[in-house]
Amino acid sequence: MTALRFVFAKPWLWSFVAAFGTWLVTILFTGGASTLGLSQAALTFAAFSIIVGLGQMFVVTLGPGNVDLSIPATMTLAGTVALKVMDTQDGAILLGLLVTLGVGIGIGIANYALIKLLRIPPIIATLSSSFIVQSIAIATNRGIRIKPPAVLAEFSIASFLGVPNVAWLALVISVFAWVLLEKGLFGRWVSAIGQNMRAARLAGIPVDGVRFLTYMLCAVLAAIAGFLLSCFSGGAALNMGSEYLLTSIAVVVIGGTAVAGGFANVPGIWGASLFLFLVVSMLNTYGASAGVRMVLTGVIIIAVIIAASRKAVR
Amino acid sequence: MKLLTPDRLRLLVPALSLAVLLGAVFWLQPRTMSYTGLNLLFNLAVPIALATIAQMFVMMVNDLDLSMGTFVSFVACITATWVQSDPLLGYGALALCIAAYSAIGVVIYVRQLPAIVVTLGMSFVWGGLAVLLLPAPGGSAPDWIRAMMTAKPPFVPMAIVASVLIAAVTHWLVMRSSLGVLLRGVGGNEKTVRRAGWSVLRARAIAYALAGVFAVLAGMTLVGLTTSADANIALRYTLLSIAGVILGGGEFIGGRVSPIGAVIGALTLTLAASFLSFLKISPDWQIGAQGMILIIVLAVRLALNRREQRGARP
Repeated sequence: MTALRFVFAKPWLWSFVAAFGTWLVTILFTGGASTLGLSQAALTFAAFSIIVGLGQMFVVTLGPGNVDLSIPATMTLAGTVALKVMDTQDGAILLGLLVTLGVGIGIGIANYALIKLLRIPPIIATLSSSFIVQSIAIATNRGIRIKPPAVLAEFSIASFLGVPNVAWLALVISVFAWVLLEKGLFGRWVSAIGQNMRAARLAGIPVDGVRFLTYMLCAVLAAIAGFLLSCFSGGAALNMGSEYLLTSIAVVVIGGTAVAGGFANVPGIWGASLFLFLVVSMLNTYGASAGVRMVLTGVIIIAVIIAASRKAVR
Repeated sequence: MKLLTPDRLRLLVPALSLAVLLGAVFWLQPRTMSYTGLNLLFNLAVPIALATIAQMFVMMVNDLDLSMGTFVSFVACITATWVQSDPLLGYGALALCIAAYSAIGVVIYVRQLPAIVVTLGMSFVWGGLAVLLLPAPGGSAPDWIRAMMTAKPPFVPMAIVASVLIAAVTHWLVMRSSLGVLLRGVGGNEKTVRRAGWSVLRARAIAYALAGVFAVLAGMTLVGLTTSADANIALRYTLLSIAGVILGGGEFIGGRVSPIGAVIGALTLTLAASFLSFLKISPDWQIGAQGMILIIVLAVRLALNRREQRGARP
């Protein structure tokens, strides 16, 4: 009974159950032959969703209407600019990382400036800034595919102790985010603002500062994910971030973070990211066409959200 | 009798921006100042205006539809295939689409789901269905739609006649009919509407159904103009429709929308693309410039809103 109550008290467990179930169904189909490959691929691709999902999670936790739609554009710009700056030189990796962080910080500042100074709702503010960021990325990229430095390219596809390096990185960032959220003052402030912004302000929380830092954190994480993704896939592409718009929001919601804000959940991001990737690979394994795959992905996301909502409301 | 009521002032900004933009286009390219020129400038505005109106119905009840672009694309695919080859099946499918839209509105309300996430999930469903129906660009426009969209009424081009007609019909529906008052009431204060004895559920179902109707019309008119369809034909409509509503003076919350403004907003966005190409701005910066236009209009509106508030509280 207590075990059952534990399960119900932890909404994020469901995302892991779902991820494990899909994983099992997929390897059963192949007779266990793909176990290692599938697990590694799942960890690798989930890592990118986890990194952007964590940023989105903090933003969503700020309360209703807070969502960052500039994540795909930020990823693209960061990947493009960083690869251009590094110009395949191993010696310039540090510079590339700094540029990535700079892109993230810059976009974060721009986003919050629009939200605060022009009082634009976050959805439209991040949407309009993403148009501009996308244009800058197009103009920088010019269709030329620059390869990442050899060391970085190797690092991003290699594994350590059987677990892909990018997954380790995602783990480090997740632990950092978890400490920030659960143990640090910042996380409490973010949750408090999401629960009641007015009360938070009256309680003396620096609301504007916290919101500003949250949007910046989200943009920086998106930039890092873009940087890693472009190294992993051997170059930046203009549409490389596009699928992460839905993914970043979906992993937050499926992972058990309250959509209305105020309650965040780091472990759920992992379960949801793995689940989303595994669903697609399961459908692939079963030979579904691109159209069927898209329809089912959408249906499953909506079904999970509907199922999760009943618990949240009642 | 005050001439400049807040509502009219609100409409003045989009109207003026359209006028300024049109003046600039005429100045840059005087040949557009003719029947054919105007027709070419505004031709593609008709489906965009219809999609914007559809988005407006969703925004009127405080939601946001991120599946508009894929839905219009899917409708375009149905129109170019089934409606053409097997009208009964085609119109049946379109009716089902509208019913599905209404059902989405109901589910979002009953389960208290975030509309952004559900519609993002739906965008996968519509996109997948479109790919299944029409894997490669093709199909052909039904004759009557083609004839309607290429009609040449005397003196005023079809695009402008259609825009005025859309604005007039939706203005009556939203601002003058009792249904419109109810729907705007749901956006303004759901609780009050419920306590007054209305069914919020029904109102939201109607709002989403109306959105579906206008989105279907958008897809059909789009095929009338392009004569063939493609699963990705209207993806940018999601952003264009949201931007159009905002440009036209609509708000995200509070049921504060303006159908005439929305149509003007759609015309402005269509014209902006031509304006930018007349300026010989590289296509790279086109979406960025659209983002800038959005930000500028919102900034102007902020200034106006402040004036309005100052007027309300002397």
